[in-house]
Amino acid sequence: MKKLASFFGKAWLALVFVFLYAPIVTLIVYSFNEGKGRKWAGFSLVWYERMLHSSAIGDAVVNTLSIALLSALIATVLGVISCIGLSALKGRAKAVYMSINNIPLLNSDLVTGLSLMLVFVAVGLSFGYSTVLLAHISFNVPYVILSVMPRIRSMNQSTYEAAVDLGAKPIRAFFAVTVPEILPGVISGFLMAFTMSLDDFIITHFTKGPGINTISTLIYSEVRRGIQPSMNALSTVMFLSAILLLILTNVIPKDRRVKQKAAD
Amino acid sequence: MTNKKKWLALPYFVWMVGFTLIPLVLIAVYGLTERGSGAFTFSNVLSIFQEEHLRALILSLVLSVICTLVCLLIAYPVALILRRAKVKKSGFVIFIFILPMWMNFLLRTYAWLNLLDDGGLIFTALKALGFQGNIIGTNGAVLLGMVYNYLPFMILPLYNSLTAIDDQVLNAARDLGANERKVLTRVIFPLSFPGVVSGITMVFVPSLTTFVVSDLLGGRKILLIGNIIESEFSIASNRHVGAGLSLVLMIFILISMAILNHYDKTGEANAI
Repeated sequence: MKKLASFFGKAWLALVFVFLYAPIVTLIVYSFNEGKGRKWAGFSLVWYERMLHSSAIGDAVVNTLSIALLSALIATVLGVISCIGLSALKGRAKAVYMSINNIPLLNSDLVTGLSLMLVFVAVGLSFGYSTVLLAHISFNVPYVILSVMPRIRSMNQSTYEAAVDLGAKPIRAFFAVTVPEILPGVISGFLMAFTMSLDDFIITHFTKGPGINTISTLIYSEVRRGIQPSMNALSTVMFLSAILLLILTNVIPKDRRVKQKAAD
Repeated sequence: MTNKKKWLALPYFVWMVGFTLIPLVLIAVYGLTERGSGAFTFSNVLSIFQEEHLRALILSLVLSVICTLVCLLIAYPVALILRRAKVKKSGFVIFIFILPMWMNFLLRTYAWLNLLDDGGLIFTALKALGFQGNIIGTNGAVLLGMVYNYLPFMILPLYNSLTAIDDQVLNAARDLGANERKVLTRVIFPLSFPGVVSGITMVFVPSLTTFVVSDLLGGRKILLIGNIIESEFSIASNRHVGAGLSLVLMIFILISMAILNHYDKTGEANAI
C-alpha cells in the first residue's frame, strides 16, 4: 500500500515536472533550428547570430540591465535609510508606514502600472527611460524593506550605542557596527529588487515611451507579430543566465525569507 | 538620538505618497470623472455593464477561478510529496519546481506557442488523434497558459506551510489513534490553511488581471477584462473608462487581499 502511494507520488511529480519543462525544452530546441517554421531543418546557430547582430535586442538588453542595476541600487539605499528611520518609529505610525509599503506588493501589477502612468501624465514627464526607472524604484523598495527590516529588528541595539558611547560618530558607528549586521538582508534585498526589475513586463509596458524597450517589452511586441526564432535564442540565453544568477544568489546569502508576489 | 533617527523614514514616505498613494487616488479621479469636461460621473464605472465589458469580466472571473482550483489540485499533492521527502534532498527538488518561475514571464507564455500553434508538437499530436481546429485562440489555451504561469506561486506557499508543520504533531495524532487519512484531513489540511489561502490569492489576482496570456495564446479572439483595460489605456485611449473599469477590478483585488489578511497574519506563508 505504502509502496503504491509512493509510486503514484513519484509519477505525479514526474508529470508536473514534464508540464513545467516541456515548453522550455521545446523553446531551447527550436532556438537551434535552422528553419524559421516548426519543422526541424537541421542544427544551426543562425538565430544566435541574428540575435547578436540585432541592434534592437542589444539596446533592450542594455536598457534592461542598466534599469535593473540602477533601480535596485537606488531602492536599496532608499530602503535601508527608511528601515533605520522605521526602527525608531513605533505603534500606529509604523503600522501605517508598513501598510503603504505593502500596497505595491499586494496590488495587481496592472493597477500599479496604470496608476504610475497616470501620475507621470499628470506631472507632465515625457515617457521614456526615466519614467521606467522611477517606476522600477517604486516597486523595488518594498522588497528591500521587507528583507532588511527583520535584520534591523533582531539586531542588538546596544552595540551601536556602545560604539557611540566610546566616541564614534553616528555615521562611523553605523558603518562599523550596523552595516555588518544587516548586510545579508541588504544583499538579498538588492538581489531580489534586481531580479524583480529584470522580470517585470506589465509595469514597464505602461510607463515606457514608444522609443524604448526592455527585453520583456521587446519580446511582447515581437511575439505579437508571430513566432520570431531569434526570440527563441534570446529566451535560451536568458533562461540559462537566470539559472546561473539563481545559483549564485542561493550560494551567497542564506537569508531569503521575504515575500515574493505574483509578479504579473 | 532616537528622535532624530526617525526622520530618516521621511524621504521614502514622501516617495510613497508620490508614487503609491497619489497614483491610486488618480485612478479614482479618472474613473469617476468625464472625459473632457472633468465632471463627476459614475458612467465609467457603470460601463462594466456594457455587453462586451461584462462578458470579458465574467470570462476573466471564470477562467481565474478555474485556474486557481486547477493550480491547487496540482500543487497540493506536489507540496505534500515534497514535505514527505524533506529529510532527503527536497531542497534540490523544490529548486527544480521553482526554477521556471525565474524565466521571464513573457517567455514562459510564448514557449507554449511553440507547442500549441499550427505545426507545434501538441497541435500535431492532437490532430493525429482526430482533434479538429486550432488550439490557440480557445479559452482552453488561455487557461493552460495561466495555470502554467502561476502554478509555482501556488506550490511555494503550500510547500512552506506544509514543511512548517512539526512531525511531532502528526505523531501525536497517530499515537492518539488517528489513521493516515484522519491525519491528513484533520491535522495536515487545517494546519496548511494559511498556505492555501495565500496560494489562492497569489494565483487569483494575477490571473484575474492578466492581459498578456490572453494576448499571446488567445490569438486576439479572447478578450479578458485586463485586455479591455489595457486597450483603453494604450490604443483606444479613453483613460477614464479604463480607470473606471480598474476600479471595478480593484474591488475584487481588495476582497481577496482582505481574505488573505484575515487568515495569514504572519505573512510567513508568502516567504520565498
